[in-house]
Formats: sequence, C-alpha cells, structure tokens
Amino acid sequence: MKKNAKVRSVRLFILFLIVAAITLLPLALLFVASLRPGSELMRNGLNFDIDWVHANFDEYKLLFSGKNAYFSWYKNSLMITIVQTALSLFLSAWVAYGFAMYEFKGKNLFFIFVLMVMMVPTEVILLPLYKLIIGMHLINSMWGIILPYVVVPMMVFFFRQYLSGLPKELIDAGRVDGCSEYGIFFKIILPLMKPSFAAMGIYEGMSSWNNFLWPMIVINKMDKITLPVGLQSLLSPYGNNYDILIAGSCFAIIPILILFVCFQKYFIAGMTAGSVKG
Amino acid sequence: MQKKRVRKSFIYSKKVAPYVFILPFLITFAVFYVYCIISMVGMSFQNVPAHAWVGLKNYKIVKNAVFIKSLRNSIFYTIVSCALMIPIPLVLAALLNSQEMRAKTTFRSILFIPALTSVVVAGVVFRLMFGELPGSFMNKFINIFGAGPLVWLRTPGTVWLALFFICMWRWTGVNMMYYLAGIQQIPSDLYESAEVDGASRWQQFFYVTLPLLKPTAIYVLTISIFGGMAMFSESYMLFNGNKSPNNVGTTLVGFLYRMGLEQNQLGIGSAVGVIFLLIVIGINLVQLTMNGTIGKKKED
Repeated sequence: MKKNAKVRSVRLFILFLIVAAITLLPLALLFVASLRPGSELMRNGLNFDIDWVHANFDEYKLLFSGKNAYFSWYKNSLMITIVQTALSLFLSAWVAYGFAMYEFKGKNLFFIFVLMVMMVPTEVILLPLYKLIIGMHLINSMWGIILPYVVVPMMVFFFRQYLSGLPKELIDAGRVDGCSEYGIFFKIILPLMKPSFAAMGIYEGMSSWNNFLWPMIVINKMDKITLPVGLQSLLSPYGNNYDILIAGSCFAIIPILILFVCFQKYFIAGMTAGSVKG
Repeated sequence: MQKKRVRKSFIYSKKVAPYVFILPFLITFAVFYVYCIISMVGMSFQNVPAHAWVGLKNYKIVKNAVFIKSLRNSIFYTIVSCALMIPIPLVLAALLNSQEMRAKTTFRSILFIPALTSVVVAGVVFRLMFGELPGSFMNKFINIFGAGPLVWLRTPGTVWLALFFICMWRWTGVNMMYYLAGIQQIPSDLYESAEVDGASRWQQFFYVTLPLLKPTAIYVLTISIFGGMAMFSESYMLFNGNKSPNNVGTTLVGFLYRMGLEQNQLGIGSAVGVIFLLIVIGINLVQLTMNGTIGKKKED
C-alpha cells in the first residue's frame, strides 16, 4: 500500500513537471531570444539554439538607450494603469456600498442593470462607443480609455458581497457618533475594505496594464499609445524592431512577475474573484 | 436632533444618500451602455455618414460569405475551447489536490504565470514559435518526428492549432484555480465516508468531486463562451493585424472591426454588432434557464 502511494506520488510529480515545463517554455524562448541580436531571430526563427559565449544584454542596452519610444509607452501605460485602478477601485466601492447598505426604491432593478453589463462582452458596443468617444473629443486622451470602464460591474459585485459580510451596527454606531452618510463611508467603511482592495486592485491593474483592443482604438498618436499597442506595432521586422520587441516584451513581464512572487495570495484571489459568486 | 437634521442639506438625507452612492454607475450605464446600444440599433438601419434611413439593407450582410465564415470561425473556436478548457483544468486541479502530490503551491504558481502576460506578449511569442522558418520552434519540434517545415499560420488546420495553444497556455492555470477553489470547499468527510463505503479514487472523483464542482464548471463554461465569442486580439496578434490569409482566422469581432473601423461602414458594422448582441442575449437566456433548473434541484 505504501509503495503504491509512492509510485503514485512520483508519477504525479513527473506529470506536473512536464506541464510546468510546457507552461514556461514560451517565456523561456522569449528570454533566450532576448540575449541574441534580433537579426539572428529574423534569419533563424525563434528557438533554443544559442551560442552562450556570445549571449549578451545588447538588446536591453538598446532598450534603455533612449533612442526609441519604448519608455514613453511604458510611462503612458503606467499612468493609465494607476489612474484607472485608483479611480475604479474608489468608484466601484462607492457604488457597492450603496447597494450593500441601503434599502431604496429601484434597488433590485438597478442591480439587475449591473448584472446586465457584466453579461455583455464589451466588444459588442465597440463601434457606437468609439463614435461616442469621438463625439466627446476624448480620442487620443487617456480619459477616452478610462471613462467607459470606470465603474467595473465585477468589482461592484465583489465589493457588495464583501460589504454585506460586515455588521450593520457599525453604520448605526457611526450615525450615533454624528457621522454623515458619506462620513461613515470614508471614516468607517473604507479602512475596513483594505483587504478586498488588494485583490481587486491587482485584478484591475492587471487588466488595465494588459488591455489591448480598446486603447488601440482610442489612441492613434505614436507618442500616446500604450505599451501593448506599441509592442504590437513592432511586429513588422524592419530595422531593429525585433531587438526592442523581444527585450521590451521581457521587460514588460518582469515587474509583474516580481509583484506576483511578492503578493501571490492577492493575485490569485483577484484574478479568480469572479467564481466566488456562490 | 430635529434641528440638526433640517440643517443638513437634502443631499445628506438618508433617503437621497443611496442614490448618490449608485450615481456613478447610473451615469456610466446610461451614457456608455444604454445610449450606445440605442445608437447602435439606430445606425444599423442607416447609411451612416449620411444618416439616411435604409431599412434592413445593412442586414443583408448576413448573406456575405466572409461574415458567415467569421461567425462560423467564432462558433468553432468557442466550442473547441470549451471542450478543452473545461475538462483539462478540472483533471489537473483534482490531481494537484491529491494527497500524494508534492510541491503543490509551486506548481500552482507556475501554471498561473501565463495569466500575467498580456495577449500581446503571448501573441508575439506564439507568432514566432509558429513561424515559417525551418528553424522556428514548432518546425524544429516536428522535425524530430521527421515532419517537414510547415507554413503554420497560412494553413487553416494549423492556424487553429496555434489559436488553441495560445488559449490553453493563457487560461489553463486560471481555470484550474477556479476548480481548486471549488474542490477546497468540498467537505472532507464526504471523501472519508466514501472511502469507508469502499469507493475507489476514480469513484470518489466521479461521484463526489464531479457533481459538487458543477457550479464551478458552469461558471467556467460561461466565461469560456463569452471569451470565445468575443475573441479578436489573439487572432490580431497571430496575423499581425486583422488580415488572416483567406480569412482563416477572422472572427465575428474581427469582421465587426473591419466593417466599422477599417472600411468605415458604421451602418453595416452596427448591424453586425446588433446580431452579436442578439447572440449574446440568446446565450444568456439559455444560461439563465439552465441555472434556474439547477437552483430547483438544489432545493429538493
């Protein structure tokens, strides 16, 4: 019996070793490619053949040389990610608080609206939204990217769930202490929401940082585009495009990987938040 | 007390406050959803730059061969990705959760890493891996078995292979995580009593784990269906633009993008959008009735 368990354990381990290897393979390919010149990649294709003696960080040096737009894209993406994450965390929590703590006319209907937005992929209204953003003169502005998605239904849902777990006496106590309805939110509720902010902040930050289709449509000035859109524009193998593309792709992942290693718990909670609907 | 209340302005009253709280949602909902859907339906009956009413003319696009192909591509992609992405992560989650498994958290984290990358980085790597050069990774790989270099991204069959690879690579870990969360909620005494009754591992999996994971599986199915029907960026990255040879990889959203944004035919594009919306509503109705019946079973 014991031997059986050991065999099973080894077999399972080998199976997952293979799965893990396949999972990491594309990223390993990317990293190996970043250590050789892009011209070689263009000639030979993406593979593991590398002359380790000649492996170097020249692509990264080029990336940091400032002779390309990479870091202005990086800055744009960082800016949009920070503003979008902060704003949507705050507004979604604000809205969720209304749904979780009050009884009011139309509450159920309005919440059905939240669910409706959740159930329609945003690509459906791509064209009218694009037309509207043109009409609002928000083309080439980061607000054109942010405003339509500033209240995130998924987050409203998650926060509402979280808030309904808090005792309502907290609010009554706040009222007795003379807090206004909004004071209660800022002074009592917001501090209590910190743990849920971490998970949702990572969820929103990740989707904002990696967002591609909508920023590509809203922004068409090369100096204002975001990092994913900029990287995509390098896919045509002219000049030293590939050098920047490969090293730039690696450098786009590395900060997230570091954050992931440090805050794994919150990443997983945030990225899988959708399923805890119950 | 009474005086204080009166002094507090209207906006601070307990009656008005909830509406102030949900106001940001109501505004974005009205402006970005309701208005957009109404204007899309309107545009779908118009000749757009001129805004002249043309009746159902835009909807003749349903007979267009490329439209039919892109719709078929989206449906095919959705069905196969569901067939892959529901059972495989479930089995992996069950195996990872078994007692004999070592280094659970390490493997869990590694499998999750692809979810951190953007579709652009994933697309760049897979486009190059599936390159036409004899030295590109996939060609080198099949060369081990003596198969000759393939033009992966210009042959219909292998295009799908690349698309499903990207999909599996990016989402297996996330779906597995959903299932793991579900599995960990199953009370362990259920397994204990199954073991007492002499149930084998497989029987435990089929009669305890599987039925109790049904809600999770339905959630995964839902997001897979919507993700599949809305697929666009993966194809855009693989072909370096919305232009696959002979439309092998053009999806419904790709067609909508082409009509509305590349050819500036907002009327026809909107008609495609309305059709897409109707499909989504249809899927949701099926989904809701399914959920309803499941809810009833639970009550029994």
